[in-house]
Order: sequence, then C-alpha cells, then structure tokens
Amino acid sequence: MALTIASREVDGITVLDLSGRITLGEGSVQLRDAIRGLIGKGTKSILLNLGRVDYIDSSGLGELVSAYTTAKNQQAEVKLLNLTKRVHDLLQLTKLYTVFDIKDDEASAIASFK
Amino acid sequence: MESVSQVEAAAGKLAAETGLDEDERFHVTMAAREAAVNAVLHGNEYDPAKRVTASFENNGKALVITITDQGKGLDPETLPDPLARENLLRGTGRGLFLIRSFMDEVHFRQLHPGTELTLVKRLSPADKGSIKMLHRDLDAG
Repeated sequence: MALTIASREVDGITVLDLSGRITLGEGSVQLRDAIRGLIGKGTKSILLNLGRVDYIDSSGLGELVSAYTTAKNQQAEVKLLNLTKRVHDLLQLTKLYTVFDIKDDEASAIASFK
Repeated sequence: MESVSQVEAAAGKLAAETGLDEDERFHVTMAAREAAVNAVLHGNEYDPAKRVTASFENNGKALVITITDQGKGLDPETLPDPLARENLLRGTGRGLFLIRSFMDEVHFRQLHPGTELTLVKRLSPADKGSIKMLHRDLDAG
C-alpha cells in the first residue's frame, strides 16, 4: 500500500498521520515533500505518527533521517510517535533509536515540544 | 522499480512456503527487496538497457536467493559502517547492513561486469521438526 499522509494541528504542533509503506518509490518522496513543505512554511514542531506504517525499507529509514536533519538545520524538530513493532525493531537494529525522540503517547509527545 | 516489486513478491511467496515464522519471512522478503534495490539503483544505475536477474530456490535446508546486476561491480568491504557514530545521520548506506542482519549468509561474486549477490536463509531445526510432525499427523490419519 502506498503512503498516505494526513496533516492536523494539535496545540500548535503539526501532526502527520502516516499510513502505508515508506519505501523507495512508494512513500519516501511523499514524506520528503511533506517535511520540506512544512519546514519551508516555517513549521518548527512536527510529530510523525507512524502507527499505521507497516513497512519501512532502507530508503525510508534514510528519509526519516533526512527529515530529522532537515528540521534540525532549520531550528525545527521532528519526533516520532507510535512505532509498530517492525519499525521499532528496524530503528533499534540501525541504532536510529538513539537519534530520534520517540514517543508512545500523543498527549505526552505534544507536551514534550514545549 | 517494477523488478524490485517482482523480486519482493517472489521472495515472499518462497518464504511463505516454509516453516519460517512471520518475522523470518519478513526478513527474507525485505532482504530480497533491498538486494533488488541495490541492483537497480547502485548496480545498474537505473540504466534500462541493463538487466537484473533473480533466482529463488528452496533446497530443503535453506532458501537461496540470487540477484544479479550488470553494473560496474561492488567491493562490499569499502562500504562505510552505517552504525558508526559519524554515519548515523547519513541518508543512505543501510541496505547491505539490513541484508546481512536478516540473512544467515550473504555472498558476493564479481561478474565483470556486474555483481551477483547470493542470500541464504537456513531453515531452522525447529522448522524441520514441525514438518516431521505434520507428516506424522498425516500418517496417523
């Protein structure tokens, strides 16, 4: 299933609800465009809800890293929410778990930006 | 990218016909996909004149998946370690690491031109045990 991205605002934080796969040719470009679009508009706090992302390949992992570094370079912040077991395991295996701020609960994730 | 999807689907079908558990089937499928992406992207560099070939075998002891490209060749020892602190924020370079993490054996062969990558997933003793159990049940019935 290709990636779908829905955007919403919660207490001034932009939450992107992602659903599907983040892989080369199936989602990585959409994610990149969404992040760059938000950063370009001056958005400083982005929460990526990965609760319905069931598959990320190495390109998708690279895209998450790129989102993190793009945001950081613009004094913005990207955090991750609701990892599925598969995505959690991949982030642990690749040590990206040590890079990202990862949350399990949306309310505390939103509060953590302030 | 169509060939990548075909390799992924074929690997998934091969893995589904074994006693591998769900996580291991996922690992086989993902490793095959990563190998196909490497072949198309880094091996053949998206050149439509170059082909990627793939073969899939269950020899009873292991799944053996072979992916071949027609690119310039690859020395896997020259690739940076994606787990090194200085490489963690790189956007690329994790595909081969994932393949090696998910499969029991990974072999490279240079073809001049091209690279052949062979992925091996051994079927575990537990899997063989479950197959024997199934046969016993069938015999008993």
